[in-house]
Amino acid sequence: MKKLFSEQTWQLRKMWATGERMKNNYEWPYPNEFGMRETIESDLLVLGGGLAGCFAAIAAARRGQRVTLVEKGATERSGSAGSGFDHWESACSNPCSRVTPKEIAEAYVEEQDGYSNGIAHYIECREGYDRLLDLEDFGGKIRDSEGEFAGAEFRDEKTGLLFAYDYQNRFTLRVWGSTFKPALYRELRRLGVRVFDRVEATALLTKTVDGKKRGVGAVGMNVRTGKLMIFKAKATVLAMSRPARVWLFNPDLVGLCEFRPMQSVGSGHAMGWRAGIEFTMMEKSVRGEFSASGRSFPPYGTGNNHNTWYAATMVDARGVEIPYVDRDGRELKTVSERYYPAPGQKFFLKGGVIDEAKYEYRGPETLPFDELMRRGYKLPFYADLSRMPDTERRAIWGLMVGEEGKTKIPILQNYTERGFDPAKHMLQSYGTGWQSAAFLGQERQLFGAPGGIMHDWDLKTNLDGIYAAGDQLFASDCCGYACATGYYAGRKAAEWAGTVSLTEPDPAEIDAEEKRLYAPMAVEDGMDWRELNMAISKCMQNYCGEVKCEELLREGLDLLESYEREAVPALSCRNPHELMRTHEVLDILEVSKLILNACLLRKSSSKPLCFERSDFPETDPERDRCFITIRREGDRIVRGEVPQGYFGDLETEYLKRNGDYVAARNETYGER
Amino acid sequence: MDYDFTLAAVKIPSSARPITFDEAVCVGCNRCMNICQVDIFIPNPEKGKPPIVLYPGECYYCGSCVMVCPKQKEGAIRLSHPLMNQAKFVPVKRPECDGTC
Repeated sequence: MKKLFSEQTWQLRKMWATGERMKNNYEWPYPNEFGMRETIESDLLVLGGGLAGCFAAIAAARRGQRVTLVEKGATERSGSAGSGFDHWESACSNPCSRVTPKEIAEAYVEEQDGYSNGIAHYIECREGYDRLLDLEDFGGKIRDSEGEFAGAEFRDEKTGLLFAYDYQNRFTLRVWGSTFKPALYRELRRLGVRVFDRVEATALLTKTVDGKKRGVGAVGMNVRTGKLMIFKAKATVLAMSRPARVWLFNPDLVGLCEFRPMQSVGSGHAMGWRAGIEFTMMEKSVRGEFSASGRSFPPYGTGNNHNTWYAATMVDARGVEIPYVDRDGRELKTVSERYYPAPGQKFFLKGGVIDEAKYEYRGPETLPFDELMRRGYKLPFYADLSRMPDTERRAIWGLMVGEEGKTKIPILQNYTERGFDPAKHMLQSYGTGWQSAAFLGQERQLFGAPGGIMHDWDLKTNLDGIYAAGDQLFASDCCGYACATGYYAGRKAAEWAGTVSLTEPDPAEIDAEEKRLYAPMAVEDGMDWRELNMAISKCMQNYCGEVKCEELLREGLDLLESYEREAVPALSCRNPHELMRTHEVLDILEVSKLILNACLLRKSSSKPLCFERSDFPETDPERDRCFITIRREGDRIVRGEVPQGYFGDLETEYLKRNGDYVAARNETYGER
Repeated sequence: MDYDFTLAAVKIPSSARPITFDEAVCVGCNRCMNICQVDIFIPNPEKGKPPIVLYPGECYYCGSCVMVCPKQKEGAIRLSHPLMNQAKFVPVKRPECDGTC
């Protein structure tokens, strides 16, 4: 019997509602440590305990350094992949791969018209599979050792590795990502990394040494006790994801506003911006497209045929199957054909960042929505897994939906309890197919390889001693990217840390940060953080929507500055948890200003950057085909330009700098 | 700076009820509370009782609290998306061939 909620859930909701309504006020359960300070010294400081942060810490700890990792949540399940992830992209060095790291990294750059992170993609393609083997060593599950999918077309019988998307070239792996974060957490502890959970990092500490600004640590706050944490370090890795809740906010269902975890709001970007770190591509934002579930449905919880659900059989309201076609429009007859390149095509790209790839890299896809309407297909559409081979059905429903983040309990378990059986039911689609809702132009997100920190071949920022990894880098993408760049940044940061001594931070800088952090605690009965977040996102929808112009953007900045002057001093809260949420909104405000300023700097429109200016309608003129960089120097905005291919030939430049890694790697796993 | 702040834990209501406990099964071990990335729970003042969901609107429905529960199979803790997010499914349809398929 199909139900909206399972019987058990209905019953508990009734019971629990009664019990919970009785009381709304409690004593704060943790010690009050406002005014207390703790100082920690380390060689390497890692800010953010997601995949990138954990691997950065491991790289330095393996070199015998004293490593500290700071995480706002609980490292065992924190970050975008905390509760899982289902596929690992660009594992070009796995033994079954038929593509090279150079081929795929260059394809990503070309696919994104040069607005891609060649360095980070190459690192992902080259070292990603090594990190996957690390995860297996730590106790994570990366292969079908039990033969659950024995005989499946996507399984390599010798290694037990499972592939997704392109079965011919085998460079994307299906993995059991829900086992990864607990395994990483165990490894951090085994290596003696000092992990500070429930501590939000709030500010970078910098100092000018020999005329050059460098990172010397960071300040943070315990989000249960209010204690001020001072971290002194020789090198710092920023791994704090990307901004969110800038355009999309719902004060009632804050946790459902965006796709990434609720606590990932871009605080790393905000503190970097305040410290003078250089960013690029911050003018890029896309129309909300994917599972901001206040507007749409739970991620991966509706019928679709993208990403986790590729290549599900889709049907229309009548049960008529929707055809898949290859890049030349040739209709595919079998399920199997959906997983192979077109005649004459070497490989195709699919996954997190790639929605509708260019012809050269385009894989099989269902007919475009408009064409389906012309041909008389009827809404709503459904995913019908019952028409797929058993192994393909179980790979989508059970492995992918199950291992992908936020699916094991809220989708796989709950839908099953509600009576969903993929062999008997079809799951509805919303919007125009796979997007699961129709968003408006001003409902925007930093998604699809958005902007972030500008860096060199060491993943170093413009400040000495400060490195970045994962989603904090510009044009970032997926879990393999996070793990590979995390480890790489940790390695390079550790090298730097080995050459310098600890620099004492400026006490005045720490005092000022403490004052900023604690201020809302001293305001009684003031403004709630939600009111400010709501105002910021309305401002950004109004002044930084789909079509931009100088006057609008300046009005937006003016409004945000008035919030800073008048609303920020009125913010108040009653405990460290509410204070943490308030700090997050202050960071969202900072990042919004960064975005508005970045939009002002690009004086033309750009298709690949999803950037439209009504006052500069010229699209992608030659003079602006570059990375425009932005940083703050005091109150001054500094604009820079970096040529698109600044990273040079990816393989040559990588090998120049990583001979030691390649040699050690080959010794362990054999030459590639 | 004066650090003499009085702390209070006040429940922020939400239209959603993401977490429900079965008090008869829950042993009050607080593992859900300690794994929660957004820290929506506080311990129950009464030992052995389920934690209090202080900030239900902040839940982002990752499921880690259920995954870590030692009494998960017995149903001590349940997580469910709000009513609006219960996606629809129907029995499969096999149309008679009308020439379009």
